[in-house]
Amino acid sequence: MNLTLRIWRQTGPEDKGRMVTYQVDDVSPDMSFLEMLDVLNERLILAGEDPVAFDHDCREGICGMCGMMINGMAHGPQRGTTACQLHMRQFKDGDTIDIEPWRAQAFPVVKDLVVNRSAFDKIIAAGGYITAPTGSAPEAHSMPVPKSDADAAFEAAACIGCGACVAACPNGSGMLFTAAKITQLSLMPQGQPERYTRVIGMVDAHDEAGFGGCTNTGECTVACPKGIPLNTIGRLNRDFLMATKKAAGKPGS
Amino acid sequence: MAVSGIFFVLYLVAHMIGNLKAFAGQPAFDHYAHWLRDIGKPLLPGVWFLWILRGALTVSVVAHIWSASVLALRARAARPVRYAHRPKVQGSYAARTMRWGGVIILLFVIYHLLDLSAGTLNPVGSSSKPYSNVVADFAPERWYVTLFYTLAIVTLGFHLRHGVFSALRSLGQQTPKGERWARLSALAVAVVICGGFLVIPFAVLTGLVS
Repeated sequence: MNLTLRIWRQTGPEDKGRMVTYQVDDVSPDMSFLEMLDVLNERLILAGEDPVAFDHDCREGICGMCGMMINGMAHGPQRGTTACQLHMRQFKDGDTIDIEPWRAQAFPVVKDLVVNRSAFDKIIAAGGYITAPTGSAPEAHSMPVPKSDADAAFEAAACIGCGACVAACPNGSGMLFTAAKITQLSLMPQGQPERYTRVIGMVDAHDEAGFGGCTNTGECTVACPKGIPLNTIGRLNRDFLMATKKAAGKPGS
Repeated sequence: MAVSGIFFVLYLVAHMIGNLKAFAGQPAFDHYAHWLRDIGKPLLPGVWFLWILRGALTVSVVAHIWSASVLALRARAARPVRYAHRPKVQGSYAARTMRWGGVIILLFVIYHLLDLSAGTLNPVGSSSKPYSNVVADFAPERWYVTLFYTLAIVTLGFHLRHGVFSALRSLGQQTPKGERWARLSALAVAVVICGGFLVIPFAVLTGLVS
């Protein structure tokens, strides 16, 4: 396959950045999208040019490191798939592919396609944890969890924090990420003590980081490579309403 | 957003049921319109109920537009650099057109108040003859009024289709089964309200109500 790529090039956070066109020939349809970029980079290095910077780590769709807008779609056209697991057979010979970084105020571009996602870490630090004694693991049967709760929590826990929800959202909101973490913890007995301080803290951290507000458009769940369901946002909203009613953080609440 | 929106939906249902009185004939419709001014008597002096309702609606309109503007401004600030390649939002048409749809509905409400409440844009324009106002408004030769009315109501239908679902979600609808119900009831509310409001102008246009 012969492809034309239009890639966002930006030398650093201060650079304005621009789309640059590259021609990549002899692409195998069995290559992954990132392998195709590797081929381009090897050619750029041989030609003495600066290779395209992009994030990647496990390349098996579970680490959440890779992520880019491919033709305006987060992680490309295939649903439920990260960019590293996307194969070139999804494209046709002669296609022009536009590749851009995630666009969000809270995700500043570091270089080319690499963005700084530490805003997500700030949201987690604001409440995405449980208080548990360290040491030997407790007896697993001492804390029964209903199967349906365990399943729903596990579904939410599949979130890899890649940021596709923010990139796809027309409002630039990180609500699906925040809601996935809230759901995962608040459905579990271990997550109950901090349940209502958690939601207030995490939503505040989300808003402070410069993400937009959620309008329930549902674009996030379509783009999500892990298929985090939209109803997690309903769980977040319910916890938030309960938290305001309970005056979370006051003794006895 | 959700709370003011739900108040609007309840008001629309009451407004729609009142409108359908037009099929009961001129005396029934005019009597209904005059009764609106007397609700709450003798506890409240005449027309007070109507003014309390208008006050509550104005507060809701301000709250609704305020929250929508805050969301729109935050959305703009959250993505300072736009995508060079961006297909249309894959979610529903209704969700995509909430903001501009809302603006169209606001313009329509202003026109509607000048037309059938104040009477300044109505050919009859008499507050004591609401039935004649309506019949004159949607007369066949004033087809453009009917057209604008239809467009606005269909826009309202789309607005409700996403709005009702979104309001339920904002107030904590959280299960997948409940989500199917929420989407279905949003569609039902949109269709019923759309249909209920549209039968009047088309009944006048076809001579069913005259």
